[in-house]
Amino acid sequence: MKEFKGRIVAPGTVSAPAVVSHGGLNTLASFQKALQFGDKKATCGDQNNPDLYGKQMAGKALCLPRTIGSTTGGLVLYCACSMKRQPACMLFSEPIDSLAAAGAVLADVWLDEVSMPVIDSLGEEFLNYVKDDMTITVKEDGTVVVE
Amino acid sequence: MNLTKEQQAILDGEKGDVLARIMKTLIRYGELFGADAMVPVTSKYNHLVTSFGLKALKPVYELMDKLIEAGNLSTQKFSADPRPLDSNVPSNFLQNFIFKNFMYSRQEEYEVQLNQLGLMEKDAFTCTCYMDEVGNTPAMGEVLSWSESSAVVYANSVLGARCNRNSGIIDLMGSVLGYVPYFGLLTDEGRKAKWIVKIETTKKPEAQLLGSAIGMKVMEDVPYIVGLDKWLGGELNDAAKTYLKDFGAATASNGAVGLYHVENITPEAVQMGESLIEEGAQVYVVDDAELERVYKSYPVIWKNKEARPKLCFMGCPHMSLEQLTDWTGKIQEALKAEGKTKVCIPTVFTAAPAVLKKFEETPYAAILKETGVITSYICPLMYMNNPLSEKMPVITSSNKLRTYTSARYYTDAEILEQITKGGGK
Repeated sequence: MKEFKGRIVAPGTVSAPAVVSHGGLNTLASFQKALQFGDKKATCGDQNNPDLYGKQMAGKALCLPRTIGSTTGGLVLYCACSMKRQPACMLFSEPIDSLAAAGAVLADVWLDEVSMPVIDSLGEEFLNYVKDDMTITVKEDGTVVVE
Repeated sequence: MNLTKEQQAILDGEKGDVLARIMKTLIRYGELFGADAMVPVTSKYNHLVTSFGLKALKPVYELMDKLIEAGNLSTQKFSADPRPLDSNVPSNFLQNFIFKNFMYSRQEEYEVQLNQLGLMEKDAFTCTCYMDEVGNTPAMGEVLSWSESSAVVYANSVLGARCNRNSGIIDLMGSVLGYVPYFGLLTDEGRKAKWIVKIETTKKPEAQLLGSAIGMKVMEDVPYIVGLDKWLGGELNDAAKTYLKDFGAATASNGAVGLYHVENITPEAVQMGESLIEEGAQVYVVDDAELERVYKSYPVIWKNKEARPKLCFMGCPHMSLEQLTDWTGKIQEALKAEGKTKVCIPTVFTAAPAVLKKFEETPYAAILKETGVITSYICPLMYMNNPLSEKMPVITSSNKLRTYTSARYYTDAEILEQITKGGGK
């Protein structure tokens, strides 16, 4: 078990199994098919992401360095949250990028019944340590427990 | 965040709950990046990434309805990304059925929403809004609230405007409010280069391939590119702008680049030179071998990797007038050399409606039509992103299209060969 401390982007507490992307998450490429074709598991559709391609993202603790790609990224995340197909939480090893930040803030400000805690700046060691299916617990103060 | 009295009043709800929430959204968004002020948007027009009435984006349309109902419309007119449908583009019965009845079933009502919010004019749909023919061309130093990664990187780099890589919805909210948070690429500090990229190739590097290599290396950082000017003719003419359009789109989609400087070419690099480079900047050398390595790293996800291509898409981002005329000449010449009159693979060239209109006024339009190439204003990405199109072997020289879809990337020369000599490799 190991604890990591990050910055709270969107508050909340949750416990969920991890899925890990060591490369940047291309939000549009990852979520678009899932949102368009009713995939409640939000299976990752990004062919360029060997870590995540074909894996379930909804309800998982999504661990990543940052998001990349199209500027639809934020609204795609917002839609995933609104349609209840969002990850249980998003945990960034790096400081959050502008697109993911937009999605996290939009969901937090505009959606009343949706929670997706988002923590950033967890450090490179976090991403080196965490593996798929490890149990992640996000605490109120931004502490992330990996076991 | 230090707000002016007017901004604080908006946040306090004096101009309604919806505008207060917009202010709250943009403040929280900006504070994550250290913004301590909200600054006025100064460009004449805005640009939005959301142009498609995609059924899956219902929550976005509901949010836009809230703005419209509250009377919180865009303070600027705006252009938007390309439309997702065009009957000119080859598609089978099933694709048409799915496009119209499932995927883009909300297109018509969404366009009504866009008109209510402030669309520039009925055909202002393109990812290359900055083209002269379209007329949404910001000036150097202007502050924008744009989205669309390829347009933002072009506006910042080639035009010297100032814009962060805003997400969809955030783009509109900045324009509705009239203010954006001051951070990142809006600041002098945020425009400094953390990478020096040295171009040491033996020939002019393929724009889309070089952009991809740099994007994947520097990710969101600003690169200062040395040695590219000699391949661009040393000045920012139409050909150089076209090259940088495609190059930038690849840096933004294969990485997350929002601004690049090209020594002796882009306006800030011309004005400020190496003073734009941060102390301790990392160095990335791009030579022929590096470009070859990057090219070979692209996965091919066609089920049959040897399949004969069924469609070729050119123009993601949309082609310039210069590209349309240049490609017309190249195709005509290549077909003549092969003793053919028509392209061997159904080929679609996409461009802004206003650029296509201008192209139609040139003698090249009839020549291109004779070769069988179809012109369209469609967004190739929107065409490709569904299970039916995904199974089609589609080729392209767009690294953005490759990144987001199953389309297979080839260099311009390889594309020309395939569409004029018979297809398949």
